[in-house]
Parts: sequence; C-alpha cells; structure tokens
Amino acid sequence: MNQWHFVIAAYALSIPVLAWVVIASFVAMRRAEKAVDELKRGTS
Amino acid sequence: MHAYANPARFLKIARPLTHWFGWIGGLLLLLCVGWGVFAGPADYLQGETVRIMYIHVPAAWLGMAGWSGIAIASAMQLIWRHPLAGIAARACALPGAVFAALCLATGSIWGRPTWGTWWEWDGRLTSMLVLFFLYLAYMALASAEQEADGEAGGEGRMTAIFGLVGAINLPIIHYSVLWWRTLHQGQSISLMKGSSIDGSMLWPLLGAAVGASLLFGAVVLMRMRAELARTKLEMRMRRLAAS
Repeated sequence: MNQWHFVIAAYALSIPVLAWVVIASFVAMRRAEKAVDELKRGTS
Repeated sequence: MHAYANPARFLKIARPLTHWFGWIGGLLLLLCVGWGVFAGPADYLQGETVRIMYIHVPAAWLGMAGWSGIAIASAMQLIWRHPLAGIAARACALPGAVFAALCLATGSIWGRPTWGTWWEWDGRLTSMLVLFFLYLAYMALASAEQEADGEAGGEGRMTAIFGLVGAINLPIIHYSVLWWRTLHQGQSISLMKGSSIDGSMLWPLLGAAVGASLLFGAVVLMRMRAELARTKLEMRMRRLAAS
C-alpha cells in the first residue's frame, strides 16, 4: 500500500474529530449562555 | 491565580480569549500541518509516513497536558477550594481524551507501514492507552458525582482525588521509552539537549503544537463557560421556584 494512503487516513480521521470537539463545545457554550440571557430578560 | 478564581473576573477575560485562542490556534494548526504535509520533506528512514507526526506528536503532548491540567486544577480545588478549579479540571477532560485517542489512532496508522503492525503492547503504547481509559473513568466519575450532588458544579472531591492520583501515569508515559524495551522511538526534542529533528520538519511541528495547544485552550474555555452558565441557570431557576 502507498505510504500516502496512511497519511491521508490519519488526517481524514483527525480533522473531523477535532472539528467535532470544537463545534460541539462552542454550541454547548452558546446554548447555555443564551438560556441564561433569556432567563435574565424574562425575569427583569 | 487566586484573583481569577472569581467567576465574574474569569468570564471578563475568558470571553475575548476564547475567540483569540480558537481562531489563532485553528489557523496556525491548519497552516503548519499543511506546511509539514505538503511542503515538508519525506524522512530518509520513515519515508512519507513521517507527515503523520504533525498531528500525532501535538496530540500526544496535549493528551498528557490535559491530564496535567486536571491534576493541577484538582490540587487547587482540594487545597484552596477555588470555585473555578473543579470546573477547569472537568473542562480539560473531553479535549484531553480526544487528543489521547487521536494520538493512539494516528500512532497506530503510522505503525502499520513503519513497524509492520497496528499495535504492540509495549510501555509507551500501553501507558498511553491507560491514559485514555483514565480520561473515560474520570468523565464517568465526574458525571456520576455531579448527578449525586444534584447540581452542576458540585464539589466533586472524589473526582478531584482521582484526577490527582491519575497523574502518576504521566511520568510513566514519559519515561516508558527509557525504562522498557520498546518499538517506540526515544525522545527527539529535549529542553536540555535540543532537537534531533531537522529544522525543515521541526518548525512546522512546533507551529502545529502551538496551534493545537491554543485550540485546546479555546475548547477548555468554552466548556468552562458552558458549565458556569448552566450553574447560573440552575441557581436562578431554584431562586424562582422558591419565591
């Protein structure tokens, strides 16, 4: 097997996994902070 | 350090830092990995597979750095009872586990063409696998303890003790290549002895490591902000329910 296939496999796995952890953490943060803001606005 | 244990003061700094760390880290990582993979030279022994190093090595460093963060924050939580320390420790767990898993997976992909095997039960690989399992156990324990406490951001003393005890594995990973016969190569970069890697590979590798570290920092900040917001939300809901 060509060595480049292994290089491509390593990055094909790493890039989506890294993107997932960044995006999932960002979405969780935005959702939680938005809920606090909405509650603050609702009670004030 | 004690000054930033105040959540309001922490958030004031964390908000801009999250964006800076995320964008600079992400761009630096992409740029340096691209530099190493597409413009860097092949190795005279490893051939093209050396290009896997630009993600494998930063992943290994950050897998270990993540647990170092957990151990330091856990010590701060147990000694000084900083309100943010437990949150910081728990926020390091998922990105640390992801980087440890990526280190194992990319190492395995590199091992097949280089060593002729996907896996070998030697000191370095096994201790890194133990680190990954420690992360899983830590996250399960943190989640169980928070549920038992009945609120986000509970004290989590057992989790903190586990975070401290698990740090024993870090020197084992680091010295495994010296203590036991191993397929894994020895240390190539040392603060005292310099580097045995050529500059054409070393610079993209260091750039990728800095980029990945900043990205790791951004993810930790995001997770801390999320947990702080959830704690705040729960406290407000309880106050509303009580009034």
